Amino acid sequence: MSNLQLIIKREFIARIRNKTFVIMTFLSPLIGIGMMGLVGWLATMSNDDIKQIAFYDETGLFISDLYDTSEIDYIDYSSFNLEEAKDSVVSKKLYGLLYIPKKQSNRDLAASIQFYADESPSLPILNGIERIISNKLTKQNYKTKGLDLSTIEDSRAQVNIQIENFSGEKTSKMSNYIKMGFGAAMGYFLMMFIIIYGNMVMRSVIEEKTNRIIEIIISSVKPMQLMMGKILGTSFAGILQFFIWLFLGGVLLVITNSVFGISPQPVGVDTSMVLQEGNQQEIQLILQDISKLPLLMIVFSFFIYFIGGYFLYSSIYAAIGAAVDSETDSQQFMMPIILILMLGVYVGFFAVIENPHGTVSTVFSMIPLTSPIVMLMRIPFGVPWWQISISIILLVINIIFMVWLAGKIYRIGILMYGKKPSYKELFKWLKY
Amino acid sequence: MTNLLRVENATKHFGSFIALNNVSIEVPDGSIFGLLGPNGAGKTTLIRIINQITLPDTGTVFLDGAPLQPHHIKDIGYLPEERGLYKSMKVGEQALYLAQLKGLTKQEAKERLKYWFDKFDISHWWDKKIQELSKGMAQKVQFIVTVLHRPKLLIFDEPFSGFDPINATIIKDEILQLRDEGATVIFSTHRMESVEELCDHIALINKSNKILEGKVSDIKREHKSNTFEVGILSDDHRLLLDDLKDRFMVEPANFKTIDDQLKLKISLDKHASTNDLLMYLTGKGQVLRFNEVIPSVNEIFIKTINDNE
Repeated sequence: MSNLQLIIKREFIARIRNKTFVIMTFLSPLIGIGMMGLVGWLATMSNDDIKQIAFYDETGLFISDLYDTSEIDYIDYSSFNLEEAKDSVVSKKLYGLLYIPKKQSNRDLAASIQFYADESPSLPILNGIERIISNKLTKQNYKTKGLDLSTIEDSRAQVNIQIENFSGEKTSKMSNYIKMGFGAAMGYFLMMFIIIYGNMVMRSVIEEKTNRIIEIIISSVKPMQLMMGKILGTSFAGILQFFIWLFLGGVLLVITNSVFGISPQPVGVDTSMVLQEGNQQEIQLILQDISKLPLLMIVFSFFIYFIGGYFLYSSIYAAIGAAVDSETDSQQFMMPIILILMLGVYVGFFAVIENPHGTVSTVFSMIPLTSPIVMLMRIPFGVPWWQISISIILLVINIIFMVWLAGKIYRIGILMYGKKPSYKELFKWLKY
Repeated sequence: MTNLLRVENATKHFGSFIALNNVSIEVPDGSIFGLLGPNGAGKTTLIRIINQITLPDTGTVFLDGAPLQPHHIKDIGYLPEERGLYKSMKVGEQALYLAQLKGLTKQEAKERLKYWFDKFDISHWWDKKIQELSKGMAQKVQFIVTVLHRPKLLIFDEPFSGFDPINATIIKDEILQLRDEGATVIFSTHRMESVEELCDHIALINKSNKILEGKVSDIKREHKSNTFEVGILSDDHRLLLDDLKDRFMVEPANFKTIDDQLKLKISLDKHASTNDLLMYLTGKGQVLRFNEVIPSVNEIFIKTINDNE
C-alpha cells in the first residue's frame, strides 16, 4: 500500500469510528423521519378540527350557499335576534358569527357584512366566505340588470397559456418550480457537506498538531501527501455517511408509510394543490418535464462541482487547521469562508430563481469560490455548454492554485506552535 | 572512517530571520554525534533539513555519499522533541501504521513490533489507547516506532525527556546497542552529562552558526589548559604555597578530602613536563592527589559560546 493509501485508510477509519459520526449517521435519519412524521401528523390534526361558524342572515339570500364543507360547519342563527346570537356563539365557543344585515342595495350590503370572533379568523376561511357572498351578489346584480346568466357563462373565456420552446417541446408552468427545487436542493446539500466535512478535515489537522504527532508523521511522508490523504479519507467517510442515509431514509420511509399511513410531503413545492387544480394533461406534462430535465447533465455536473467544491474548500479548511492551535482560534479565518458559502447560496436562492441566465447568476456561476453552488442551481434551467466549460476550467485552475497555496501554509503551519498567526504572517509563510 | 551524513553549507532563512547560516557538519559512520546548542540556535531546523521536512535555501545534504532523495526517508529514524501519538488510536494499530509509513510491510512490522514489545515487556499495551498510557509509556512506544525500520541514521531530539531514571537508562542502553549493531546516531540534547557519556563526536551551533565540531577527545585536548588538580600533605602549607606561587600559576581548588590537605590547581606552560611538576611536589610533601583537569563538555560549551558573544 502506498503512503497516500495508508493515510486515506487511517483517516477514513478514524472518522467513521468517531462516536459523534456513528451517532449522527444513525440518528439523524431517525430524527428527520420523526420530524416529517410529526409534521404530517400535526397537519392531519388541524384538518380534523372542523370550524363551527354561526351565521345571522337578515336577507335570507345566502342560506343555500353556506353549506357545510369538510372544514366548516355553518349553523343558521337567523331565528334569534342579533344579541342572542352573539351571546350564544360566545357561550358555545363557536369559531365566529357571520352577520349579513338587510340593506337597500347590494352595494351597501357588500360593504356592511361583518364577522364577529374573539380570535382573528384565518385568512383562507374569510376569503372563502367572501368568495361565496360576492359570487351570489354578482349573479344577483346580473339578474337585476337584465343580463342572462347562461349567456354570461358562455362568454367567459378560460385562458391557460401553454409554454413551449422553439423546438416545439411543451412544458408546464410547474417546470420552473421543479427546476428550482432540484437546483436549490443540490446547492444547499453541497454547502452543508462542505461545512460539515471541511470542519472535520480542520479538526483532524488540529488534532495532529495538538497531539504533537505531526512531526513524526511528516518525517515519513510529505505534508502535501498527508493533507491530500486527510481530505480524501474524510470525503470517503462523508460519502459513506451519505449512502447510509439514503439507504436508511428509504427503509424508514417505507416503514413509516406502512405503519402510520402518512406520506411525508416534500417541503417547499406544494404539489397537491397544483395537482388538484391541474388536469390530467398537466400532470403528464410535469412528469414529462422531470424526464426532460437535463438529467445526465445534472448528474455529471453535480459530480464535478461537488468534488470540485469540496476539494477547494476543504484544502482551505486544512490550511486553517494548520495555522491555528485550537478550534477556538480558527474563528477569524472561518468567517470569510462561511460568508462566501452563504453568498453562493443566497445568490442561488434570489438571483438564479429570479433570472437563471441574468448577469448576476452568470457571473457568480463562473467565480470559482461560488461557482459550485450557483452553477448547480442554474443547471436544471439549462446552461449552455460553453459556460459550463469555462466555469469548470476556472474551478479546476482555482483548485490547483488553492491546494498549492493551502499546501504551503499547511507545510509551515503544522510545525508552528504557540501564537495565533495573523493574515500577514500567513502571507509571509507562503514565501518560506 | 567514512561519513554517513554530510551537510554542506546549509543556509535557511525564515523571512528576514536566518535560522541556519552556512552550516556544514560531517557525521562519521557508526558514531554517536552530539548536536549541541542553546535554545533557538538552529538545531531543530538542521534536523528538519536532514529529515527533508524543511528544504534548505542553499546547501546540500549527502547521505551515504548521495544527495538526499525522498527514498532516503526509509534510512532515517527520527524522534522529534515535540512528539506525541494519536490519542484515540490503539497502541498496536498506531505502531503498525507508523511502521508501514516507513515502508515496512504489515507482516514485517507485526513481527518486529512483537520483538520490541516483548523486549520492553509492554505486549499487554497493544490494545490500549494512548490516552490510557502515561507520558513515559507513550515515549517508549515512540522510541520503538523510531527504530523499528532499522534505519542507518537515527536522530534523537531530547530522547530522555519524560523518562524516569530507570527507563532513561534502558533507552540509553538501547541506543548504545543500536550503535554497536551499525547504526549512526545524531543526538540533540541539553543534558550535558548524557553527551559526556554517549557522544564521540559533537558539533556546537550557536545563533545559526556552527562554532565547533569534532571528536570529543580532540576537542577536549584542544581545550585543556595543562592544569592539574593537586592535593598534598606538608609540614607547612603556607610556606609550600608561597614556594609554588613563585614557580607556577596556582589557584585554590576545591574537592572533598578526609584530611587537611593543601588543595591547588596548578597550570603549566604548554611545553612544561608533568613529571617535573610531580617530582618537585613529591620532594615537598606527600602527594595524595594528582590529576589532569580535563574540561567537561559543559564547560567547553559555555566557554565557546561566551567567547563567541
